[in-house]
Amino acid sequence: MSLDFKPGAFNDFFRDETFRGDFTYRNSNPRRFPFPFDRDDYMYSVNMEPHVPGRPGTVFEHLLDVDEHYVAEMQDRAKVLAEDPLRCQSLPHMTLAGWDTLELIMEAKSRDYPQWFSLTKDGNRWHWVNRPLGIEQTFTFLDESTLPCGPFEYIMRQTQGDWTLQDERDGTLWMDAGIATSQADWSVDFDVGMNFHEWHAPVPLAHEKGVFDRALKFLLKLQHGAPVRRFNWTMTVNPLLDTAPETYPKWGPMKTTLTPENLGQKQHLRVELQSLYRLPRSNAIAFDIRCYLASFDEIVTVPKWARRLHRVIRDLPDELATYKGFIRNRPAMVEWLSKYDDGAPTSPGWWPDD
Amino acid sequence: MTTTLLPVGAPSIRSRPVYAPLEPRPASQHLIVADGEGAEAVVELFAKAPDRSAMLAISHIMYTPGPNGTDQAASLQALGAAQFFRAPSIPALLPRLAKVLADAHMGIQFYLAGTEGLIGQAERDIMNTGFPFASIQKEHRGSTVRRVQCVHCKGITENVATDPFKCSHCGLNLFVRDHYSRRMAAFQGVNIDAEDPGQVPESVVRFK
Repeated sequence: MSLDFKPGAFNDFFRDETFRGDFTYRNSNPRRFPFPFDRDDYMYSVNMEPHVPGRPGTVFEHLLDVDEHYVAEMQDRAKVLAEDPLRCQSLPHMTLAGWDTLELIMEAKSRDYPQWFSLTKDGNRWHWVNRPLGIEQTFTFLDESTLPCGPFEYIMRQTQGDWTLQDERDGTLWMDAGIATSQADWSVDFDVGMNFHEWHAPVPLAHEKGVFDRALKFLLKLQHGAPVRRFNWTMTVNPLLDTAPETYPKWGPMKTTLTPENLGQKQHLRVELQSLYRLPRSNAIAFDIRCYLASFDEIVTVPKWARRLHRVIRDLPDELATYKGFIRNRPAMVEWLSKYDDGAPTSPGWWPDD
Repeated sequence: MTTTLLPVGAPSIRSRPVYAPLEPRPASQHLIVADGEGAEAVVELFAKAPDRSAMLAISHIMYTPGPNGTDQAASLQALGAAQFFRAPSIPALLPRLAKVLADAHMGIQFYLAGTEGLIGQAERDIMNTGFPFASIQKEHRGSTVRRVQCVHCKGITENVATDPFKCSHCGLNLFVRDHYSRRMAAFQGVNIDAEDPGQVPESVVRFK
């Protein structure tokens, strides 16, 4: 399946930008960025909270955030899938969970963004319009033959964020479907079919702290209609959405291109806004890993964030800086950020002060 | 990407398979798949059986020599199971396993013994057939060489002994993670010199 991106898809709202090559990705309003640190230090925690609509004008305003990067991200996803179809996989028993996910997304987007999306239902006969991507589709809900590809892939090609679908059995969660084109260095092809503890196995320190045991216990109790969210984060040189292990030989060398002069522009804080939904028919859990990128230049326009990012990066345990893949650049990052930290105290919470 | 090389047997990560001695369990049929020194674990399994001849009467043993050349087929054949089969290699063993699995009924118990490559591939095929993994016992014996998937080109290199090693398909220098996929029956190999091409740590024998 290929998406026909119709001319005119980028209007006044959606940015025409790239996550590769000339890297023209920018945030028109850095203050919209979901800065993930609510204090001046960081350690793993389960840190779940209800995923409920939040402040207008922020990424929390709606259940699914459709922002100015939507069209460009979907174009980037289509390129990644054309280069490597193994990035989107769904084991045979996960088709129903794929339909659940399609329904969740179509209903949320048509409700929250009626200017861009519409969904009309006549029994199981559904009509879907996605105006930004120029897609119009009539199909029969739960009948795969009426879509150009499986329901999971179909809706994922129109949805920002990497998603995985977890089947629940034997007292744990099994990642039996997933798409990853904007992931922080994990392989959906390798990890699909693993259980909760297996796919988290490479994460250092957190197992010993019992983080995954507690998180699993929490998630097994997740109820339909009561989604939850948490943050994760890492660092990426250049605004690369796709930092897959598959293509590490291509993007890994970019980490060596930082200089004190270009660091503010090239070094990006990569934030994952993760949200989890219990699905109604399959009883599976959908996990949305939404990636937001902001350059250090953009972050330091908010004084509180500048001070705090300096302190978090400076004091992070070596194991975490290594696992997150930026140990080699940490000294340069700390040096660069220190110029924006006058030592003043910061207020609790994520939001900018001013 | 970490390049720390842990010795085999060091405390490891949660996707790393765990093994335990094989124990006889009540079953309608026993399917035993082994290679190399795994034959010794199978002999010990039957020695523990409350009614050895009854267990043998409903057992099917499939065996292949280990990657280090160890061939103990004679000791297994001498057990006198209902069915015994010696394959010259793992790939030659798998088609027969697939047929046996297709014909098998619930109530069957699986016993896998030998190298991680043999155990992993047999477990993968058993689980693909839909049998619960709780019906599978695994005991590692003999060689610790690994079956490793290159995360970049997806090619699998069998019997990897050194870390790092050169991918037998694309030629990249890979370090061997403990991260293991049961679906692939393979460990993961990741390019070690992507950020500094040519700077490859000296290869050490980690798996024998």
